[in-house]
Amino acid sequence: MATTGVSINAINSSKPFDVEAIRKDFPILHQKVNGYPLVYFDNAATSQKPSVVIDAISNYYKLYNSNIHRGLHYLSEKATEEYEAAREKCRAFINASSTNEINFTKGTTEGINLVASSYGRKFLQPGDEVIISTMEHHSNIVPWQMVCDERGAKLRIIPIDDAGNIIMDEYKQLLNERTKIVSVVYVSNSLGTINPVKDIIAHAHEVGAVVMLDGAQAAPHMAVDVQALDCDFYACSSHKIFGPTGMGILFGKERLLEQMNPYQGGGEMIKEVTFEKTTYNQLPYKFEAGTPDISGGIAMGVAIDYINSIGYDKIAQHEHDLLVYGTEVLSQIEGFKIIGQAEEKASVISFLVDGIHPYDMGVLLDKQGIAIRTGHHCCQPLMDRFAIPGTCRASFAFYNTKEEIDKLAKGIEKVKEMLA
Amino acid sequence: MTINDIQNDIIEEFDLFEEPMERYDYLIDIGKKLPELDERYKIVENVVKGCQSTVWLHGYEKDGKVYFEADSNTVITKGIVGLLVRVLSGHEPQEILDAELYFIDKIELRSHLSSQRSNGLNAMLKQIKLYALGLSQQAKQA
Repeated sequence: MATTGVSINAINSSKPFDVEAIRKDFPILHQKVNGYPLVYFDNAATSQKPSVVIDAISNYYKLYNSNIHRGLHYLSEKATEEYEAAREKCRAFINASSTNEINFTKGTTEGINLVASSYGRKFLQPGDEVIISTMEHHSNIVPWQMVCDERGAKLRIIPIDDAGNIIMDEYKQLLNERTKIVSVVYVSNSLGTINPVKDIIAHAHEVGAVVMLDGAQAAPHMAVDVQALDCDFYACSSHKIFGPTGMGILFGKERLLEQMNPYQGGGEMIKEVTFEKTTYNQLPYKFEAGTPDISGGIAMGVAIDYINSIGYDKIAQHEHDLLVYGTEVLSQIEGFKIIGQAEEKASVISFLVDGIHPYDMGVLLDKQGIAIRTGHHCCQPLMDRFAIPGTCRASFAFYNTKEEIDKLAKGIEKVKEMLA
Repeated sequence: MTINDIQNDIIEEFDLFEEPMERYDYLIDIGKKLPELDERYKIVENVVKGCQSTVWLHGYEKDGKVYFEADSNTVITKGIVGLLVRVLSGHEPQEILDAELYFIDKIELRSHLSSQRSNGLNAMLKQIKLYALGLSQQAKQA
């Protein structure tokens, strides 16, 4: 930790969970918006950053900014050391077996595109099938549509029930010898549903398909063990786990990554270049063309340290308390309806209030200092499934409090009053 | 009244409210009072794209002047289109084309709208001016 020039003050995993101490680590939370203390409930879109993460970025540029790998001088070696240390933190974070399996990306979207492009293009044959679910984010729909179109493969969709659960029997019926790839979201961004991915993976493997998990919304809330899940690919984003934007992790099993072609060509990903032929660099650099976001990678590692310093067990418990409390308090509002009521759910409440358009709700809550998200949440097919144009979504992080949920409830009542 | 007279009136009305919430209350009130657009004009051709909400804008020409009627499925947007209709409806096409809408910034509407939603506002304005242009050209041809 000393090497990145930052340290974590307020919390220690051995200490009890203290939300007030944690909130002090997040400078952005302590401001007024439209004259009201900010209530930030848009965590599923992006999370806020603790000071240690912000300082790590600043320290990189102040103290050791330099291009990584191949540099012989002190700064380059230092930057390389920190960047590769972050890769090891990411490996441990998802329990991959080797850093060769950790590819740095721009985020979850790029991770999925990389797999669709480098694995899908190489292995999908005409008539093959790719399975996704109804609750996917556009970033786990469109890349597969593109590669299926190109390869003459077919995209098949797992239906969901009214509560927002994947219908497992329907999924099993979709699987067959033509299924080559299953790509599903671990935790739904708009419903909060935590999918039974271990079962999904096991069934896919029975027919010889590989499984990609979109972990964008799982990573902020729960410990993920890619070996225990036995998933083949897993992607998540730094900015959802309290790290900077523009950075992410793509895990792939080493034997699969070895078989895949590079995603992009350029510097870093090569071993030898002649005009006749280029040989590619070893993993993980094969998939990392060009100068990466070095400070972003290092700061993502610091964000992981920060999460670990609190502990996922405590994070999950606090967020579960917020979800239970929020569901109870908000459900008392007349005309309040929750979209997505799966039993296994992350701390996301997607809702509608009778007679109020989500847009009006979003604007008028913002005027009261409350940040939520409204719209289709990049899940248009899912909104079609529920026959709604969109929802209001309040998503909680470990730095949120029950008092803030009370403010949301009060804010919604105020909006109802204004629009009555 | 000229377009600028109406803009100045609106600025004065909004100046009465200091709190942003009061301004929104007023905007909501304007939205609620805007007459509903006849269903026959709520057609795809009249939809203005660019915001989370849907706006329908219907324009017509009468005695050399251009008139607008509009509606939205959200109350706040309805208030905004209500203001635009109040300012720009009932003028000659050239006046509409030449209009510089300073009232939006003065009543702090644009600053209260995100860029995505501001684009929606811009899309509405663009549509209004296109109508004026089209109708003025039709009038010239006739």
